[in-house]
Amino acid sequence: MKKQAIVIDTKDNVATLVDDFTAGTIIHYALGAFEGTVQLRQDTPIGHKCAICEIPSGADVIKYGESIGRATANINPGEHVHVHNVESRRGGSGPGK
Amino acid sequence: MSTMWKVGAGAAVLESSIWERMKMEFFGYRRPDGGVGIRNHIAVIPTSVCSSTVACNIAAQVPGAVALANQQGCCQLGTDHEQTVRTLIGLGKNPNVAAVLVIGLGCDGITVDQVAGDIAATGKPVEVVVIQAAGGTLKATAEGVHKASRIARQVAQLQREKASAGELTLAIECGGSDFSSGLAANPAAGVAADMLTTWGGTALLSVTTEFIGAEHVLARRAKTPAVSEEILRIVGRCEERVRIFNGDLSSAQPSQRALRGGITTLEEKSLGCIHKAGHKPIQGVLAYGEAPSGKGLYVMDTPGQDIESITGMLAAGAQVALFTTGRGTPTGSPLAPVIKITGNAGTFRKMEDNIDIDASSILAGDESIDQVGQRIFTEIIKAANGHLPKAESLRHHEFGIHKTAPTY
Repeated sequence: MKKQAIVIDTKDNVATLVDDFTAGTIIHYALGAFEGTVQLRQDTPIGHKCAICEIPSGADVIKYGESIGRATANINPGEHVHVHNVESRRGGSGPGK
Repeated sequence: MSTMWKVGAGAAVLESSIWERMKMEFFGYRRPDGGVGIRNHIAVIPTSVCSSTVACNIAAQVPGAVALANQQGCCQLGTDHEQTVRTLIGLGKNPNVAAVLVIGLGCDGITVDQVAGDIAATGKPVEVVVIQAAGGTLKATAEGVHKASRIARQVAQLQREKASAGELTLAIECGGSDFSSGLAANPAAGVAADMLTTWGGTALLSVTTEFIGAEHVLARRAKTPAVSEEILRIVGRCEERVRIFNGDLSSAQPSQRALRGGITTLEEKSLGCIHKAGHKPIQGVLAYGEAPSGKGLYVMDTPGQDIESITGMLAAGAQVALFTTGRGTPTGSPLAPVIKITGNAGTFRKMEDNIDIDASSILAGDESIDQVGQRIFTEIIKAANGHLPKAESLRHHEFGIHKTAPTY
């Protein structure tokens, strides 16, 4: 089966899609030696991220095994993760605001 | 035996048997100072822009000679001058260089003796030509060809000897990035870098502008608090320079295009970049062209331009470079093999002349990041044994020395 999403690090809580997918699609991804699945809640384009587990508001959004920012709302598995629900922790006038 | 080994982040658990199968040795040219070259070049080094044409004329007539023509060396002051001196000397000391011919004009800010003296301390043959002393272009060229061809006859006899992968220093660069870079080519290059440093080698992560937003991650991986502070200092200084010339980078990044492409924060963008050097502790921060004092992963403070950045790492002694790209780029180096990697299948198809490794199999699901990382490592060892990556086989000899100030 053609790959649908990439999880870079086993600590990650998001997967990055390698194609455009519509809401309801069940996304398969490899997490270490395991395969996980998650159902998309919104249409999500290539290069964008979806949550692969619940991310509570205020928690770190993890990609590359590192925080890429803070969740500004509770994010459910399968939800599109982007500037509407993540902000940079780096402060200043950074993106996501 | 089923020892498990975790390489970097990701799903990277490898059976030890894979490691045992990997070839960790290569055949290289052992230099008098103990360094191991993977090429046997005669470097013709002009100490300034004024002697660059003569250097090119000489190199064109001598087998195995490469000219490091550049725009610097005249009317530079202070740290800018020192950086050029350090870089020219470092390039001459690079183990891929068997012997050196230094070409000066005579009134340059950098003297031939200054450069030749430091390079000669490595024990390799060094000769000089001074254009004003020789009596002009033709006489200087004749003197240079005479000296360089004598050197060429000597170094052609040098034989490759067995060496360990741990004796390699790897320069890591990226350019023309796209969405695939942070997902495929960079993480896979990171696996290869981790493999090399695990086996006692050295890896250099460069381009300070690309650390902005992920500097805290690099700082946390620093070996000592002093190294951590130094990482934050060079990034702060870089950001300050960006502010002076172009405005606030953190408000402009990620760009609208990157945001549309799915990059959410500056942290995410920069993490995708720094991933290409793997995940080992950072041993130290090097100035542009400064050689590391030990083994392992080092950060070098280099500018965003690929060619200048690679020059800095070669001056630090790197014998081989990895270059990840999304959109594709042809550039190489006069001194070292540059191995190109892309995660973009379309780019690989369109620019197969230039790209060595297709990492798009990661996105297609046909290979894991670790598997591609191992392929990259194998390609490094192949290049160390003499295989020509595409940039080298096409004679891509792009070269430039970074400059930090105007001339006076």
